[in-house]
Amino acid sequence: MLAKRIIPCLDVRDGRVVKGTNFVNIRDAGDPVELGKRYDEQSADELVFLDIMASQENRGTTINMVRKVAKEIFIPFTVGGGIDSIEAIGTILKSGADKVSVNTAAVKDPELVRKSSDYFGSQCIVVAVDAKRNGDGWEVYTHGGRRPTGIDALQWMKNVQDLGAGEILLTSMDCDGTKSGYDLELHRRADKLLSIPIIASGGAGTLESIGDVLTEGRADAALAASIFHYGTYTVKDVKEYLAGIGVEVRL
Amino acid sequence: MIGILDYGAGNLASVKNAMDFLGYEAEMVTSAKDIEKCDGIIFPGQGSFGSMVDILKERGMYGPLYDYIIGGRPFLGICLGLQVLYEGSDESPGYKGYGIMKGRAQRFEKGKVPQIGWNEICPFADDIPGGWAYYVNSYRIVDPKNAIAMSDYYGRFVAAVKKDNITAFQFHPEKSGKYGLSLLRWWYGCLQKE
Repeated sequence: MLAKRIIPCLDVRDGRVVKGTNFVNIRDAGDPVELGKRYDEQSADELVFLDIMASQENRGTTINMVRKVAKEIFIPFTVGGGIDSIEAIGTILKSGADKVSVNTAAVKDPELVRKSSDYFGSQCIVVAVDAKRNGDGWEVYTHGGRRPTGIDALQWMKNVQDLGAGEILLTSMDCDGTKSGYDLELHRRADKLLSIPIIASGGAGTLESIGDVLTEGRADAALAASIFHYGTYTVKDVKEYLAGIGVEVRL
Repeated sequence: MIGILDYGAGNLASVKNAMDFLGYEAEMVTSAKDIEKCDGIIFPGQGSFGSMVDILKERGMYGPLYDYIIGGRPFLGICLGLQVLYEGSDESPGYKGYGIMKGRAQRFEKGKVPQIGWNEICPFADDIPGGWAYYVNSYRIVDPKNAIAMSDYYGRFVAAVKKDNITAFQFHPEKSGKYGLSLLRWWYGCLQKE
């Protein structure tokens, strides 16, 4: 049976990892390749590199990073942050990334999702959705969570699925950074509505919280950043816990 | 020389990177005449079944690749590169595959489609070891004839086939970590014995 995936997310800036330096015996904690390898050794199922200061000007740096990672790490990886055109998507995929994630650019121009999934295949187009509770529903935010859009998050996810998105990376802004657990209701509602895989993000704190989002929250994958970067748990710890509660994982 | 068949779609860079990492000489193959020169061909298919066939034909490689495979020379298909060996796919009903193996690819009937992620590889015999491999597919072959390993996604389907000079994986060995690299190494090792 298909395993639930555990995905560490690495924030990068100018081609260097800027969070997550808490590895022991590591030569260069800022090196995406070295960190990626560590996570691979811990049996991470995929990696996400999020360029937090992405711009057109520094795309060359990102491309170089992607090339280096692709030469040495043989698990799938996604690159996100500031990707805003078919050309940019093409360049990053050609450099060796398996998937790109688009967020603000997809909201600005939903056709980008359709065009890019037609051209490159749905499997490499991940739409990242930052959702914040608003009354009974959730609202989509863009620009790294700074700008409300007035768009209903569930409706938006359905739209991008219909446009050809291959996966959704769904972040609960209410839970992100709190380590108090994922927004289970959000993830459950999204799962009910969608037929494409959902990567749950925002709120990973305890082992139980990850177990909850993959069972009650019905997510296909869980993404986490700080608990891995700061060494609270290794990916292996998480997977051993999950296996123990009967969740299928690759160990 | 190992040729990686470049038909203008798919993430070929990762197959090339994996071969480089393993220290095996591999080059992109973009034309029919290059197919002839290869001691082994890897065909990493991606996209839709129909567009794969169209592009192979447009580039004049559809026939030569068939001749190469039928001629008994070493072939490794990946993903759609497995399905092309069969008679066709429900994904693109008007298109024919090579029909070297009987049956056709059918869409997963249950669960989220595409299947994206790691699934367990359960071998029938000792050709390849068991392990976990990375899949991205909406269609699959169910008939276990010629299969050397199966996986399960709401029912069993073919993970790997082997018949004489032909080997093919439905999953992506180039993205399946150490296990996947070990399978590429195994395939390369088989070539050296022949």
